[in-house]
Amino acid sequence: MTDYMRRDRSWHPPAYTPGYKTSVLRSPKCALLSLDQGPAEKSGPVFKADMLHELDNDLIRNYAAATGSPGEAIGERIIVHGRVMDETGRPVPRTLLEVWQANAGGRYRHRNDRYLAPLDPNFGGCGRCMSDDEGRYFFRTIKPGPYPWPNHGSDWRPAHIHVSIFGEAFAQRLITQLYFEGDPLIPLCPIVRTIRDDRAIEQLVAKLDMGEMRSFDCLVYRFDIVLRGRQQTFFENRPEGM
Amino acid sequence: MPVNYLKETPSQTAGPYVHIGLLPAQAGLAMRHNEALNVIAAEGERIVIDGIVHDGLGNPVKDALIELWQPNARGELGAKGLWGRAGADHETGLYRFETIRPPALPWRNGQNQAPHCSLLIFARGINIHLHTRMYFPEDAALHASDPALQRVDSAARRATLVAANQGPGHYRFDIRLQGENETVFFDM
Ligand SMILES: [Fe+3]
Repeated sequence: MTDYMRRDRSWHPPAYTPGYKTSVLRSPKCALLSLDQGPAEKSGPVFKADMLHELDNDLIRNYAAATGSPGEAIGERIIVHGRVMDETGRPVPRTLLEVWQANAGGRYRHRNDRYLAPLDPNFGGCGRCMSDDEGRYFFRTIKPGPYPWPNHGSDWRPAHIHVSIFGEAFAQRLITQLYFEGDPLIPLCPIVRTIRDDRAIEQLVAKLDMGEMRSFDCLVYRFDIVLRGRQQTFFENRPEGM
Repeated sequence: MPVNYLKETPSQTAGPYVHIGLLPAQAGLAMRHNEALNVIAAEGERIVIDGIVHDGLGNPVKDALIELWQPNARGELGAKGLWGRAGADHETGLYRFETIRPPALPWRNGQNQAPHCSLLIFARGINIHLHTRMYFPEDAALHASDPALQRVDSAARRATLVAANQGPGHYRFDIRLQGENETVFFDM
């Protein structure tokens, strides 16, 4: 098996981003140590679809169902779908995606969130799904609200969904955030702006997908995810490690 | 051979509410409340790993989330590899895994790697997860030829990758994100 291509660290946010104040004390000062990949980096956990519960990919219903409520979450009903692929365009099949988000009012169901917006009794904000054989995935939820957070006084997070993806190897592991097309808060957000290249930020903006819209039910957003790809093998018969 | 590669989706911090999505039991959610992802069931020599992630002032990072990846007792990875996830305690910052002591792993040129666990650290304020390794203090003889430890330039920095033995089967591994005794993090 060939190695994964090196991470382009200039495309990701750097560790030290003083505009996002919490990063100041949580960023290593020493350079990362570059090392080739071994078997533990080129493999990763394998999750089976039978681990998922029926409503795991339905954030409109899953929390209410777990609490015995027949209700549904309040908010703008959406489906998020897309493809997981690698840098060479190859689909990443059967990989686990985990998502979490605030409710329609911008409030998280978490002990440390004390924002004044109310909790929704039918919304937990936790979901997961798995990509199919072609790397496609989808989940149903409500559009989260923007929320304020203390940084430069009160900064505002654009509406966003946190997304965690495993891929096929520990080297592909990634956690990111999905934003929504047209949100005027995106360019103002200090966390978005930890990313220096506007084209990289654009990759995090889900696009309204009217072609997939469900009549009289919900809007659909498209969000494709790219994980690290493997290096090309120019000489197939060359033994590994030479 | 012109190739148009796609760009990797950029990382963003996991934020302070990471538990909702990745450790719903710790977040107190009604769903998956029996899940204990930090306890890895596998045959082998049972061990406990615990520790605290510290920031640049030495304060515990109480919202850190750590993922562990290691081979099973037979050295197998992939579907048979051992994976776990632990959240720092909201009050103390202590994280804890129950797993097995991993065996040595092969490296690229017939070399071996000393036994170790791979760890990823996610938290609010960490823009892209940090990747480190935990080695075992009893394996000093193997550390001298380990390809990762060999690359670390000073003995003091190498020591940041080796756990402390706290008694039979109990290892303490503190992680320092910044400053004095800063843990070695890898780009692999
Ligand atoms: Fe958030």
